[in-house]
Amino acid sequence: MDLQTLLILAQDAFTNSAVYALLALALILVFGVTRVIFVAQGEFVSYGALTLASIQLGVMPGTVWLLLILACMAAAMETVSLLSSEAGRKLPGALGAILVPPFAIAALVKVCTPLHLPLGWQVLLTMLVVMPMGPLIYRVAFRPLADSTVLVLLIAAVAVHFVLVGLGLLFFGAEGVRTPAFSDAHLTIAHLDISGQSLWVYATSLVLIAMLAWFFNKTFYGKALRAVAFNRNGARLVGISPHLAGTFSFALASAIGCLSGVLIGPLTTIYYDSGFLIGLKGFVGAIVGGMASYPLAAAGAMIVGFSESFSSFWLSGYKDVLVFTLIIPVLLWRSLSSTHYEEEE
Amino acid sequence: MMRRTGLILFVTLLLAVSCSSPFYITMGSYIGLYSLVAIGLVLLTGVTGLTSFGQAAFMGLGAYTSAVLTTQLSWSPWQTLFIALALTIIIAFILGAITLRMGGHYLPLATIAWGISLYFLFGTIPILGGSNGIADIQALRLFGIELRNERLFYCIIWGVCLVALRISTNLLDSREGRAIRALKGGVSMVEAFGASGLRLKNIVFIYSAVLACLAGWLYAHMQRFVNPSPFGLNQGIEFLFMITIGGSFSFWGAITGATVITLLKTVLQGILPKLISQSGNFEIIVFGIMIVAVLQWMRGGIWALVERLLPPKTSRPVTDSSDLKMRTQPSRGAPLLKVEGITKAYGGLVAVRQMSFELSSGEIVGLIGPNGAGKSTMFNLISGEVPRTAGSIHFGSSTISGLHSRQIARLGLSRTFQHVRLIPGMTTIENVMIGAYLRTDDGIFSAGLRLNRVSDDRIRAEAARQLRRVGLEEHMFAPASSLSLGKQRMVEIARALCADPLLLLLDEPAAGLRYLEKKELAALLSDLRSAGLSVLIVEHDMEFLMNLVDRIVVMEFGEKLAEGLPQEIRSNPAVLEAYLGGV
Repeated sequence: MDLQTLLILAQDAFTNSAVYALLALALILVFGVTRVIFVAQGEFVSYGALTLASIQLGVMPGTVWLLLILACMAAAMETVSLLSSEAGRKLPGALGAILVPPFAIAALVKVCTPLHLPLGWQVLLTMLVVMPMGPLIYRVAFRPLADSTVLVLLIAAVAVHFVLVGLGLLFFGAEGVRTPAFSDAHLTIAHLDISGQSLWVYATSLVLIAMLAWFFNKTFYGKALRAVAFNRNGARLVGISPHLAGTFSFALASAIGCLSGVLIGPLTTIYYDSGFLIGLKGFVGAIVGGMASYPLAAAGAMIVGFSESFSSFWLSGYKDVLVFTLIIPVLLWRSLSSTHYEEEE
Repeated sequence: MMRRTGLILFVTLLLAVSCSSPFYITMGSYIGLYSLVAIGLVLLTGVTGLTSFGQAAFMGLGAYTSAVLTTQLSWSPWQTLFIALALTIIIAFILGAITLRMGGHYLPLATIAWGISLYFLFGTIPILGGSNGIADIQALRLFGIELRNERLFYCIIWGVCLVALRISTNLLDSREGRAIRALKGGVSMVEAFGASGLRLKNIVFIYSAVLACLAGWLYAHMQRFVNPSPFGLNQGIEFLFMITIGGSFSFWGAITGATVITLLKTVLQGILPKLISQSGNFEIIVFGIMIVAVLQWMRGGIWALVERLLPPKTSRPVTDSSDLKMRTQPSRGAPLLKVEGITKAYGGLVAVRQMSFELSSGEIVGLIGPNGAGKSTMFNLISGEVPRTAGSIHFGSSTISGLHSRQIARLGLSRTFQHVRLIPGMTTIENVMIGAYLRTDDGIFSAGLRLNRVSDDRIRAEAARQLRRVGLEEHMFAPASSLSLGKQRMVEIARALCADPLLLLLDEPAAGLRYLEKKELAALLSDLRSAGLSVLIVEHDMEFLMNLVDRIVVMEFGEKLAEGLPQEIRSNPAVLEAYLGGV
């Protein structure tokens, strides 16, 4: 392998690692706050890329319908739970908060889609459509199960994955898309051509990771979220609502997923079911971090990105096998290094 | 009776299908194969509280091993069956050994990875035929007859399935099975009675993988063609959906779920693409929504509804009267437990500091102290649940500090739990039988084949004897969860007694008991002492202890404050100071 190939593979590895790292961070946050192993997170990656592609074609994306359906289901469940706890007077406010934003977004998308706005606005519209799905899915599928075991929540997460993949096929068909790059600029450093899109991916992930670090370390709400992830009951006792924390962590998961999809859309063809594998690779990173440590998870995402990129050169057919088999030595290492503990459920 | 009628109806239905058209026979064969996998998954998920998304991959392992070896090397399918099972056991053992020590969610994550890897391998390795798969696999031969007939194969599949159902049911109704059923609530209870939670979990995972492998082997020789698509992660997930919808707490739920999902899938695959005028697996949308709904509103699945209509299971009566072998209690007054300078520190926090005390055979010693004095930590240090920082504990002639709670249980130390740990789905007598785990040595094979009847009846008789001793004979066959807290504490004592201990450790046995219940408890403990048993009680309630125990050890701030006869303690100024804040 010559230096040129090495550099190209490394560039590829960095791009993938950045996306896996973002996804791994979101997975860890969601798991810490809600105990949900959110395997369906990858679907937001597909939804992001495919929704953007629809908007670029001037077609109303099918995900808007999903957003509206989810909002109606969440509203119905909220009505039932408020009425049965005899808090009926909170109803108008709660319903407004659940229903108004999705319908406003749907109207906005309806108006803006045919206008062929500049790319930045299209990305914003995409985010507006996909991001609210996270909290709504949390409300509909996971909040009623909040006191269940990790196992039950995992089964529910897999069920949500099935629903979202099936709907992805329904909305967008089996055809893959590749969205146009954010910029056509190229940067040439020492004979290495770095595409503008890769630079976008690096810059966005770095900025996002820095923002998350700031949020979790410096802001009051970020610290509260970390408190919930550290000890749910303790956080509840000091007045931090676990539901609010759950809603927020899911919002972050869908936002990060959608943004990842938008970022890698120009680099690889995205199909309705591509997101799942991408999300699972983020998972391998998260598992390296023991589902708890953010820096270790980012390091794990790097390992995944690099082994994927370099194995695609040497053993292209076995690329995915290698990435997923990687989990076995990682788990062995964790199992040997961690002390045995009792899980009470 | 009604249950038996149901079983006869079910077998009649199976036979009726075997006489119907080929379409229904094929469908029935698939349902049988999926049921076989789902039965293993019920044991893993519903009973043990673990789960796997890799069951389809184990099925693929069975199918592909046989396919490759029979086509490439012309081995007989019966030989390949052993190779396939051996491979499955090795892989399941490795996956289990790596993940089961950690949190419960690592096994499903590892099996997702394993499922995906194997699926890609099936599709890429040239010798496995890539995505085209392997065709012309040998038919099974039995006594020189080729089993190509679909009807016959259908009967074989269901025969295997019903045998697996029987074996699994037998397994759960055994010494190891009762311990397996107790794993869901955490392993420390079964470990206190000598079972290894890790080993049992691994056995269950391997067993479920073996059933899946067997289903795959049957599949390969039924279809006589394999390709990767039926063994992907999605199929692995669908198995989990089957038991969720059918009911993951009963093997019949597995069969119900396999039937419902398979039939529904066929119907939906016919309707949905036409409805949407687009081709694709849209049934997964319906399945996903169904699962979330079932999890939210009917956790027990369909079978839980059926179970409600059936009469309760009748328990086997207690028959055997021949006693299990018992330990000889050491002579009264001989030193039994000796705690020497034991210290436990959690980082900078010292929970127990330099504690020393002794207990002689035939004595009841009370360990008391205000909240946070370190009593429970002291208790857990003796029972081996918490490792010590310094010091030593001797029990009889052995040093037990540094041993695991399982090994300590083997030496004759038996305990109860402050927060009652009975298994809600089991009858009272079954709960008590867990205590006798170490008194027989039947393994899973003799359990599955029902060769353990004699020794299991002995355990049952022993459990009944202990329940009689604590005065709960009439509740023997009631679910343990239906008893009041006071009675549940008594069941805990009966379970500990069932282990035939030399020393009984009781962790706050009187907490939450009413006055009369406390009196009964005190009477029981006096009786036990007269029978030669030694008891160490950690307790809050001074009054309860005063008229019962021989000696009292008082702890405060992790250290020994006083030790002596009850009346000495009652008038000890330091104790009064600690308890009443000075008089």
